[in-house]
Amino acid sequence: MIDFLNSIIVLLNFIIIPGISYGSQLALGALGVTFVYAILRFANFAHGEIMSFGAMITILFTWFFQSQNIGLGILPTALLALPIGIIATIILCIISDKFVFQYYRYQKSVPVVLAMVSIGVMFVINAIIRIIIGTETIKFSDGQKFIMKAKQFKVMTGLNEGLALKSSQVITILITILLLTFTFWFLQKTKTGKSMRAFSDNEDLALLSGINPDRVVFTTWIIVGVLACVAGTLYGLDKSYKPIIYLNLVLPIFASAIVGGIGSPFGAVVGGYVIAFSEIMVTYAYKKFFVYLLPSSIEPTGLVQLLSTDYKFAVSFSILVIVLLIRPSGIFKGRVL
Amino acid sequence: MMQFERYEWLAITIMISLFIFVGFIQGWSVSLVILNMCIISAIMTMGVNISWGYAGVINFGVMGFLAMGGLAAVLVSYPPIAESWQAGGKGLGISFALLVVLVIAVMYINKKVIQNRNRYILNSLIIFFGILIIRHFYLNSTHNIEDVNPAIAGFLGGLGLPIIFSWIVGGLFAAGVAFVIGKVALGLRSDYLAIVTLGISEIVVSVLKHEEWLSRGVKNVIGLKRPVPYEIDLQNADWFINLVTYLNSSKLNNIIDVSDRQQVLNNLIIDGSGIFVKLSYAILFLIVMLIIFYFANKAQLSPWGRMMRAIRDNETAANAMGKDVVKQHLIIFVIGAAIVGVAGAMLVTLDGLFTPSGYRPLRFTFIIWIMVIVGGSGNNLGAIFGGFVIWFSWIEAAPLTTFIINQLTVGLEPTNALKLHLLDSVPYFRYLFMGLILLLILRYRPKGIIPEKVRHS
Repeated sequence: MIDFLNSIIVLLNFIIIPGISYGSQLALGALGVTFVYAILRFANFAHGEIMSFGAMITILFTWFFQSQNIGLGILPTALLALPIGIIATIILCIISDKFVFQYYRYQKSVPVVLAMVSIGVMFVINAIIRIIIGTETIKFSDGQKFIMKAKQFKVMTGLNEGLALKSSQVITILITILLLTFTFWFLQKTKTGKSMRAFSDNEDLALLSGINPDRVVFTTWIIVGVLACVAGTLYGLDKSYKPIIYLNLVLPIFASAIVGGIGSPFGAVVGGYVIAFSEIMVTYAYKKFFVYLLPSSIEPTGLVQLLSTDYKFAVSFSILVIVLLIRPSGIFKGRVL
Repeated sequence: MMQFERYEWLAITIMISLFIFVGFIQGWSVSLVILNMCIISAIMTMGVNISWGYAGVINFGVMGFLAMGGLAAVLVSYPPIAESWQAGGKGLGISFALLVVLVIAVMYINKKVIQNRNRYILNSLIIFFGILIIRHFYLNSTHNIEDVNPAIAGFLGGLGLPIIFSWIVGGLFAAGVAFVIGKVALGLRSDYLAIVTLGISEIVVSVLKHEEWLSRGVKNVIGLKRPVPYEIDLQNADWFINLVTYLNSSKLNNIIDVSDRQQVLNNLIIDGSGIFVKLSYAILFLIVMLIIFYFANKAQLSPWGRMMRAIRDNETAANAMGKDVVKQHLIIFVIGAAIVGVAGAMLVTLDGLFTPSGYRPLRFTFIIWIMVIVGGSGNNLGAIFGGFVIWFSWIEAAPLTTFIINQLTVGLEPTNALKLHLLDSVPYFRYLFMGLILLLILRYRPKGIIPEKVRHS
């Protein structure tokens, strides 16, 4: 029985909790990509850089607050700076739309051209970030690092295995729940949300019903800005901020959005968790788990690892390819908010 | 033979004069280094241009194909390592044979078992257990190989042939990978295809990074044999010393003192040997570039090229005319990838080393795409021009930025924090330039600097 509990704790500690927090970050990112795809109808390669930008502004203000000795006690100061980061990210999104994307929207350019344009935007934002903050790895989480340390848990329960709970993980999960609830409420219940859904479903019909497209696009960029900034900051808070990592994050995010069914917000969220869990589960070494569970005579000798952790990244893409082959529209039929 | 328009001659003149200008300002060595990379970039750009410009097939997997070309350079030119083969060759052979058996078994099942459910169950069972068995042999042997003298070897080595063969092999490798990718992904819509190819290229690179028995992974392969002479050999070769003396005879004759003269001559020989090596590379690369350019143009003007444009401009109509769109897409995707693979092998040849961790999408996929868009998709000369101009500005952005920043902040003290910070971030301004160039071209000249010629014949 104790062994069984221990094995469960191992799974919780190394797969489920990291999976949920990483999945939440991916889900928020994928939701942003999905919004752009459903309303503006292109694959936004700049999304990772927008996330990075939001995180950067948050970090700059975190530093400012820290130097002024303003803090939140046990919570990270970054939470205080987050609203400012969000506003800056929204402004960035709206500026990039006004000066870049709007033109092609009015021209009714094909999606591929807009994707190319977003690559240009990606380069520009990338450069701005590097010029402002450099390329160093930055740790900006302060406050209490752990809610529960592995040792505390061991003493508390008397089990062999510890369960560590980082505060950044709990914050990630809570904020994600909050933000997702709000987004879905907004889409389903408010008038603006409904007009966005109508717009993504059938643009011409929406225009005929008197929906103002500029307003819809404006709202979309606001939502995208909020989601991107929160996702970027949470990722930076959880792992540590590194400007170049966000370009690599774009690919799992796209994978999540497509696996869930691009254009479907619910699908994007599910896709985020699917990708996160499969990345972690395929590359985790299950030896410890089986040692607890199986009698010692048939204990595994190797690591019981399907793929080495080096292939973490490849996993998300293999899943993407498999999903596209078997069910090209994703898990949930996409295209409509 | 093709005729150049006046603005095309202008473009060619601009390209040539840029290098002459750099040659006089920063020295011929710098100019040749940039030229070599420009030629390689131009070849990559032509590869992408063939699939995107001719047929509208998007290929964001440039990085992966370049890496395959690089792998080819290693596998062709590196001397074979006998101990590694002894340590793990047999195991690898067995696992490879088992893999073939597995594939045949799956194909057989797919053919014989009609009922879907049974087929899925049988297939997944066979694949699962097959992989378990193969893994056993495979992991053992790769482990053994990686243990053989890990500091200098730890991989299988190559064939020990002259590296120049790898340019063809690199093309074949890339074509092979492209065939698989194309079979899997080419039915997708263009933006999905972009994401999928980008992702698969990342998978290719991560395989090269972590399968150390094959490519030595992140430990890199260094000291690949060159197709051109080494500087040190040149410096001791009589004919080269005579050549340098002859070329600089007027300058040398003016120096009366013998030891001074020897000193000057030695310096000239050292400089000259570097330039000679780079020049030989440049000539080799230029030959490859011109060959590819010639055939690319031939293909574009041929009935096949016309069919490709028809498919690009209206897939449905082309299909209705009886053209096999899927097949042609696959063909052109493979051809484009093969050319990129050739460029990848040339890149490793030029560097003399293979560093899998150096393959990053920003540098090796997106920049190439900027070259294609800026140069003019659908026009081979445009592709070359794009490759030259963008690589040139990528390199020259740093000196230019330093100059601009110094001019803008001329009123500030040398110790001013803003000025110092800006000067520190000079290398990052090139990304800004690239992004702005791309955005401006897409906005004001969406067909590129040298647009595709519309042919009415």
